[in-house]
Amino acid sequence: MTQLQDHPRLAVAPKVELELPAEPWWRFFTFSTDHKVIGIQYLVTTFFFYLVGGALATAVRAELATPEADFLGFERYNGAFTLHATIMIFLWIVPALTGGFGNYLVPLMIGARDMAFPKLNAVAFWLVPPSGILLLASLFIEAPAAGWTSYPPLSLISGKVGEELWILSILLAGTSSILAAVNFITTILKMRMPGMKMEDMPLFCWAMLAASVLTLIATPVLAGALILLSFDLLAGTAFFNPSGGGDPVVYQHMFWFYSHPAVYIMILPVFGMISEILPVHARKPIFAYKAIAYSSLAICFLGLIVWAHHMFTSGTPDWMRVFFMIATMAIAVPTGIKVFSWLATLWGGKIHFRSAMLFGLGFVSMFVIGGLSGIILASVPLDIHVHDTYFVVAHLHYVLFGGSVFGIYAGIYHWFPKMTGRMLNEFWGRVHFVLTFVGFNICFLPMHKLGLMGMPRRVAQYDPQFADLNWISSVGAFMLALSTLPFLVNAIYSWVAGPKAGDNPWQALTLEWTTSSPPPHHNFYGDPILLTGPYDYGLHSKETLDYFAAQLQTLRELALAEAEPTSS
Amino acid sequence: MQGSLASEMLMVGHSQAHAEHPDHRVFGILMFLVAEGCLFLGLFMAYLAYSLTAPIWPPEGTPERELLLPGINTVILLSSSFVIHKAGSAIKADDVKGLRLWFALTALMGAIFLAGQLYEYSNLEFGLTTNLFASTFYVLTGFHGLHVLAGLLFILAVLWRSFKPGHYSAQHHFGVEAAEIYWHFVDGVWVVLFILLYLL
Ligand code: HEM
Ligand SMILES: [Cu+2]
Repeated sequence: MTQLQDHPRLAVAPKVELELPAEPWWRFFTFSTDHKVIGIQYLVTTFFFYLVGGALATAVRAELATPEADFLGFERYNGAFTLHATIMIFLWIVPALTGGFGNYLVPLMIGARDMAFPKLNAVAFWLVPPSGILLLASLFIEAPAAGWTSYPPLSLISGKVGEELWILSILLAGTSSILAAVNFITTILKMRMPGMKMEDMPLFCWAMLAASVLTLIATPVLAGALILLSFDLLAGTAFFNPSGGGDPVVYQHMFWFYSHPAVYIMILPVFGMISEILPVHARKPIFAYKAIAYSSLAICFLGLIVWAHHMFTSGTPDWMRVFFMIATMAIAVPTGIKVFSWLATLWGGKIHFRSAMLFGLGFVSMFVIGGLSGIILASVPLDIHVHDTYFVVAHLHYVLFGGSVFGIYAGIYHWFPKMTGRMLNEFWGRVHFVLTFVGFNICFLPMHKLGLMGMPRRVAQYDPQFADLNWISSVGAFMLALSTLPFLVNAIYSWVAGPKAGDNPWQALTLEWTTSSPPPHHNFYGDPILLTGPYDYGLHSKETLDYFAAQLQTLRELALAEAEPTSS
Repeated sequence: MQGSLASEMLMVGHSQAHAEHPDHRVFGILMFLVAEGCLFLGLFMAYLAYSLTAPIWPPEGTPERELLLPGINTVILLSSSFVIHKAGSAIKADDVKGLRLWFALTALMGAIFLAGQLYEYSNLEFGLTTNLFASTFYVLTGFHGLHVLAGLLFILAVLWRSFKPGHYSAQHHFGVEAAEIYWHFVDGVWVVLFILLYLL
């Protein structure tokens, strides 16, 4: 921390920190329409689901520690991996990123007082707990057992009740995402503060815009597929049932028309957060702002036309496979633009290896590995070989855990001071990072080899030749489970009793750091002002920054003086 | 970058603090309808996938469908789009009576459409599970019918509110506008459905 004081030129926050009285803690348990409360409601709720999904993952790995199905048994194993994946995707990563960080940060970053439709926002959040309750209830009634993809005809014969609970849960979560997307698009396009053009927005907002467009277009198609699946399941139609003249491949098309864009819904917001976090902790302007911003839109477009790369082995005709192979590989271009821009941002920067930055760097490196295995999977001849093996499991965990989850942790370490007004403990943050990073690689790296050796996914019992690598992988999984503990304790303890953060502990330049931590009810004292560009690190003289700080100070005093009579 | 802006903003800033928020609800409704449109589009695509890959479509043995009744229904629903548009123009001219008249007429036409559809269902010689065509037919028209019903309730709600004095005016009539947009959407979907299910 001492190094920071060497850089007085970076301070933009007012010197004396004036704040309104803290709001009551029980607001988090109400139908609040404040986007900051809703953001935190999302983050805490989804983290709870993450713990449940993690417990299920640990059970899955315990089963796989030995070749025999001797821990959960076949039936329960199917339920466990289905619920694990469903919870992780629909109740953790998607809602945590869009609902959690999106809600908390977007209005602050664009200088708005709230989202465009605050009540709709609250409704979207309150759809998540019922969705989760349905899914968790299925654990005690009948667990869905057809995988998170729920392909018919398997899903039509693996248990009606569990499958229907699964469908209802996803429909609720999907409705929630759609409502949130309507809100984000409107907020970002229409609610920016006066004077802020699209290209003055922090990159996180571009990423949220792209992710919301994907949500808006793709999620309804999944809903359509699930409605048809429900009819097959309950009303005896045969949309996806070949024995009644239907076609299961139609389900696959509809499912992946959502679920491929969904992987971008789960990664674009992280791309955005990383574009915020790296410049702050490397003290350098972001490299190639426009390239990063517009590559989000390019990913959004390309992401919509590559879904059939999940169906190379579903009897897809050759011309279609070639088209989808080329389109998929093309996504590596905008993705690569981002990765190289991040590296160029870091290059020659004054890097502070704080927990947020460690997770940010962890994200960049792990995501690149996942992206590379993605290119391998995108090529038809290779995919035919490794489809439905552990190679796919390795790939998706490098992008979803190494990518999305590392990114979420980076975001939590970076914005926790803003959200709670208190600092997380740095030492335990680093312990958390090392345990996560090491555990993650021990757990998932061997899966590449297992996949190439031919180990199929979604099995409880396997050939003894795979035993050693599986055992190593399970050890890594237990380490990952353990790694959550220092984080949990750190977060809970620091929220209550951590050192005060002040307005701007990282000396960052985006608007959320110009207000108090946590910000007041309507975000800003007086009107927000754009003093600098979001990434102007090292571009202003000390005098200018001092002048800005004085302006903010005056503005806040004025606003507080005005607020006084009404608040007392 | 925007440093020079800053001092200007400081000055204008304070006066704007209590200005009224612009209303983005119409934009929001449009976004929501994009999502609804994608839902229908997904279902249409599924239908096309079935119909284009089947050797014979509708499958052999599917009873002939009568065109007269759905044809009349289509004309009624399409004309109701013009009627509801009159309501929108009326309120823009502060004519609440006109609004009520045209909304009541639209609601009536919507109700006739729904009744016609139910009548058609009861006379069809195939059921939900007869074959793949029958299933898609009932699910698509039924799902659309639910949207008509929702639109109808929406229109009736606006009609109800219009009796509160001063509730809608030339400046403030979001409810009217939203109901109108939604109704046009439901009409548009029907046109595609009609072509797919009856004409192709
Ligand atoms: C360069 C970018 C990427 C490429 C080229 C790529 C390619 C692929 C391909 C071809 C598959 C299908 C493998 C198979 O089923 O045989 C796949 C699976 C998967 N990918 Fe990616 N991917 C990329 C990035 C991502 C990202 C960013 C995510 C998520 C954040 C992701 C998540 C997944 C998931 C969850 C699956 C497994 C789906 C299942 O359960 O079958 N991928 N990827
Ligand atoms: Cu994909």
